[in-house]
Amino acid sequence: MSDAVLKLANLNKRFGALQATRDVSLDLYPGEIHALIGPNGAGKSTLIGQIAGNLKPDAGSIVLAGRDITSLSVAQRARLGLGRSFQVSSLAEPLTVKRNVMIAVQALQGHSFRFWKPVHRDERLLVPAMEALERMALTQRADTPVAELSHGERRQVEVACALALKPRALLLDEPMAGLGPEGSAHLTELLEALKHEVPILLIEHDMDAVFRLADRISVLVAGGVIAHGDSAAIRANPQVREAYLGD
Amino acid sequence: MNKSDTPTLAPQPGLPAPAASWHDRKGLVQIGLLAVLLLVPLAAYFLGHVYYVNLASRITLVAMAAVGLNLAIGYGGMVSFGHAAYFGLGGYVAGISAYHAFDFTPVIGWPVAIPGSDSMLAIWLAAILLCGLLALVIGAISLRTTGVYFIMITLAFAQMIYYFANSWPTYGGEDGLPIYLRNSLPVIDTNDALTFFLICFGGLVLSLALTSRIMKSRFGAALTMARLNDTRLATAGIAPYPIRLVAFVISAMITGLAGALYADLNGFVSPTMLSWHMSGELMVIVILGGVGRLYGPLAGAILFVMMETLLGGLTEYWQLFLGLVLLFVVLFAKHGVMGWLAGRERHE
Repeated sequence: MSDAVLKLANLNKRFGALQATRDVSLDLYPGEIHALIGPNGAGKSTLIGQIAGNLKPDAGSIVLAGRDITSLSVAQRARLGLGRSFQVSSLAEPLTVKRNVMIAVQALQGHSFRFWKPVHRDERLLVPAMEALERMALTQRADTPVAELSHGERRQVEVACALALKPRALLLDEPMAGLGPEGSAHLTELLEALKHEVPILLIEHDMDAVFRLADRISVLVAGGVIAHGDSAAIRANPQVREAYLGD
Repeated sequence: MNKSDTPTLAPQPGLPAPAASWHDRKGLVQIGLLAVLLLVPLAAYFLGHVYYVNLASRITLVAMAAVGLNLAIGYGGMVSFGHAAYFGLGGYVAGISAYHAFDFTPVIGWPVAIPGSDSMLAIWLAAILLCGLLALVIGAISLRTTGVYFIMITLAFAQMIYYFANSWPTYGGEDGLPIYLRNSLPVIDTNDALTFFLICFGGLVLSLALTSRIMKSRFGAALTMARLNDTRLATAGIAPYPIRLVAFVISAMITGLAGALYADLNGFVSPTMLSWHMSGELMVIVILGGVGRLYGPLAGAILFVMMETLLGGLTEYWQLFLGLVLLFVVLFAKHGVMGWLAGRERHE
């Protein structure tokens, strides 16, 4: 088996008396979708914060493509190839879809201290941005301000922004949140097509989507991973049924 | 869902038409404002009313200072309440340099002797560099904070410089420093009111062009994203802090150059140019004109200086009316005079 793209080793994070992350070790291999599920309050957001760089773990390490990124900033991690989407949409609403994606392309191409050439006819930005939009079936919405998009389309733009970074790994935080069954099915299809290009660590509540997409599933309860395996193993695991699936 | 949910796509071929006419309207307003600012003093000059030429110079320079501030507030989302520091520093560079040139004494004697100069080119360069340096220091510290704290810390820095100028007797302290002879340029006679106005007008047009160009560039795209959503910018891999800092420095440089010219217009520089009233005045102009609108500072400066001149001639309580106008703009015309004249800004 090839090396893990993303590897979390023995992460720990404590807020006062609350152990929010308890000795979590996870890995993500090329070509797979690894889903992370867990009930509310299991510490998913805290874990994502540590992977993305918003929070610093108390102990443990995060390695991206062989490089220790534990102490790097959000922007530095992004430059090294960690793309992420947010649970709550974090797009610039007044700007068009295209502009939101172009900023990611711009970041990928080096520093932004270029003051002269107008971006609106910069092919080096436009072409890759349109490619990312095409992959998320958004070509027709490229010139629409994000504020005018449906909830589902915004989710797709989020993923397109992450894709435009040409990431080594994607961290998707509840991409299905707030989507209806149709929207969820549509995004599931798009993500399924994507996993061979970039491995995805998927944090998701939508069990249908998780069981359909995930090659492996880890279950987080009270800050720690209590189970790990493929869909069938997780469905059958009595501990998981008790803690999470509720029967 | 996404396929069936987007019937709005159908009428899209019709969209470019209204967008284009909106663009025309904005262009017309912009050209109109510049034309009025250029033609009125020209007419006044040839009719022999030099007073109005100088009034137009004042409008132009205040507008230029506000163009600088607009880059920070409007485009960068950095509400600086201390831009008087750069306006005043620019003014003092002109004043101090002229003072030493007049006296034939050096500005600094040690470690290197820097002589005074009455050359505007040297003064502009010095004002731009020193304001940039000051903004680099103030910005580097202030930009670690956001919101109300940023407003207060920029104000605090500007007030420190204000009190320093007030209590430094060498350059007049609170009485200020007169510039006996307007600083000069090669070939051109800067003492002529119209010539000086045209220099100021050139400065304003240049700073507008520079702002426009910068905001269309990659740097501008990053700055816009830093204002709208800095999480998105960081997630893309661009750290917002250096982007903001550089924009803050450019902003201060523009305001500082306007300040140097302003001191030459008045033949006088005093701590008033550094005071928080001045910072507030520039902010009011930006808000009146339309925050983040390229020509907002010009529209705002015309309105502000005209009110000050016309109403100020009638009553010393003219700021009461200014307050009412500002109230009206903030409550009913959120996009300022430019929003009212040229319609809402729509990002492409």
